[in-house]
Amino acid sequence: MKTRTFQAAGHYLLLCAIALVCVFPFWWTLVTALSTEGNIFAFPPTFWPKSPSLANFEEVFRVIPILSFFKNSVLIAAFTVFWKLVLCSLAAYPLARMQFRGRRLVFGLILATLVLPSEVNFLVNFITVTKLSLVDTYAGVILPNVVTAVAILLLKQAFEEVPQDLIDAARVDGASEWIIFSRIMLPLITPWLATVGILTAVEAWNEYIWPSIVMSKPDEFPLSVGVLYLRGTFGSSTRVIAAGTVLTILPTLAAFLFTQRFFMRGMDGAVK
Amino acid sequence: MRRQNLQAWLFLAPALVLLAAFSFWPVGYGSYLAFTDFSLIRPTRWVGLENFEYIFDNEMFVTGLKNSLLFLLMVPFVQVGAIALAVLVNNRLPGIRLFRAAYYVPVVTTVSVVGIMWGFMFHEQGTLNYVLTTLRLVNAPVGWLSDDTLALFCIMFVTLWRGLGWYMVMYLAALQSVPADMQEAAILDGANRWQRFWKITIPMLRPTIMVCSILSVLAALKAYQEVDVLTQGGPMNSTFTALYYAYDQGLKHLKLPRALAASFVVSAFCVGIAVLCLRYLKPKHR
Repeated sequence: MKTRTFQAAGHYLLLCAIALVCVFPFWWTLVTALSTEGNIFAFPPTFWPKSPSLANFEEVFRVIPILSFFKNSVLIAAFTVFWKLVLCSLAAYPLARMQFRGRRLVFGLILATLVLPSEVNFLVNFITVTKLSLVDTYAGVILPNVVTAVAILLLKQAFEEVPQDLIDAARVDGASEWIIFSRIMLPLITPWLATVGILTAVEAWNEYIWPSIVMSKPDEFPLSVGVLYLRGTFGSSTRVIAAGTVLTILPTLAAFLFTQRFFMRGMDGAVK
Repeated sequence: MRRQNLQAWLFLAPALVLLAAFSFWPVGYGSYLAFTDFSLIRPTRWVGLENFEYIFDNEMFVTGLKNSLLFLLMVPFVQVGAIALAVLVNNRLPGIRLFRAAYYVPVVTTVSVVGIMWGFMFHEQGTLNYVLTTLRLVNAPVGWLSDDTLALFCIMFVTLWRGLGWYMVMYLAALQSVPADMQEAAILDGANRWQRFWKITIPMLRPTIMVCSILSVLAALKAYQEVDVLTQGGPMNSTFTALYYAYDQGLKHLKLPRALAASFVVSAFCVGIAVLCLRYLKPKHR
């Protein structure tokens, strides 16, 4: 019995040590953001906020248009989620449930995008977006990210799990494919739509390189890009940068902590 | 049947148009542009291998390529670490979900924020140096990101920090699909923990290990975002990776053909390695 307790204690010790490495940068940033006293890089640094206050946060609001950044991020994330759910579920449905010519080819093409080195795409996408005059528009930020193979594959799997009887019954009743899709199938896969939606929202919120390429007016930056402005213009004030950082990650962290199971399920689908 | 044909394509059309425009077109057109002198202001001319000759003569790109290959050193650490973490959190201990969340939190953090936070950590008067000097592990503060031999390893560490949780969840999902009765049967047969791990868990994880290893090799070759937010290639170009060179040339200096040639080379490596992995790591036919 004693060894059991020791084992558990050792287990927890290890778990805590690793958690410390993962979470410490966040903790330190939060402490810095809440502190108002002392040089940031003073030795010894404090691991607990000294005379905590929200002054640094007020400063963030004063020096950068963080509310517009925030609004821009919300808009980008919302539009990306909406269009991804619409277009990817539309594409996933026939792949899962309809017999048509070229099905294997289309499926193969979609799978191929997983292998294609997508990090390279933004060089040419930059030209495309310029030619379509979408530079400095949210459409330019959103469009390349709306359709992804992963989302189509997850939703295809969701559609495949719906019993065939339901579809057959609807077809016998004379329902069109559109009715079957929108009235029967979509409501049944709501949990999967939620999964894809939440994964997409966090991804879109965190996207950094592409929006920084497409958007050039600081007022239109999303938060992930705008927060770096703090570092550029107010390089010396670490506390303000830290406060801006906290404001940037807070929504993602909240979204993640409250919807953890969706993230795990997305992975589950990806492994299959 | 014919009706369904048409309808199916109507359902698929919007998604396919976007995929064509933003996934297939870039690859095709980009491959062509890598052999031209394309710029947004004058007519395009075919220049053959000129761009490739240029980048292979360019020290920044060659350093970048070496660094990208150096990034491959991370792969075994990430995979072994992720498997260890997954095994560690695949327990029904009170509060275990909290630990899983903690390990996954770096994954859902914006790279720009990651850059800021680790910038604090690695700062010469930052937290890391404080801890190390207090513990007497180093005598003088180390310039983690300003030392041209250390900076790249710091960036590699940050990508590891950021990626571990993702692979952990992949392995956790695989572990939880390992049938419990196999483990129980092995316990009855008197197998100890270590034997069960090597004889049951690892073979069951094999397909996941293969997928994750390939993904992690590709991710290592394509690393560049962390470079952008931590060092921007410095000090003294020591942290350029091949793809960061492409990003820097293409979008900061608007030398798109060179950038595309560079990314072409990275892609060739990626495809080559993926093919090799698929060929040699494929589970043998039973």
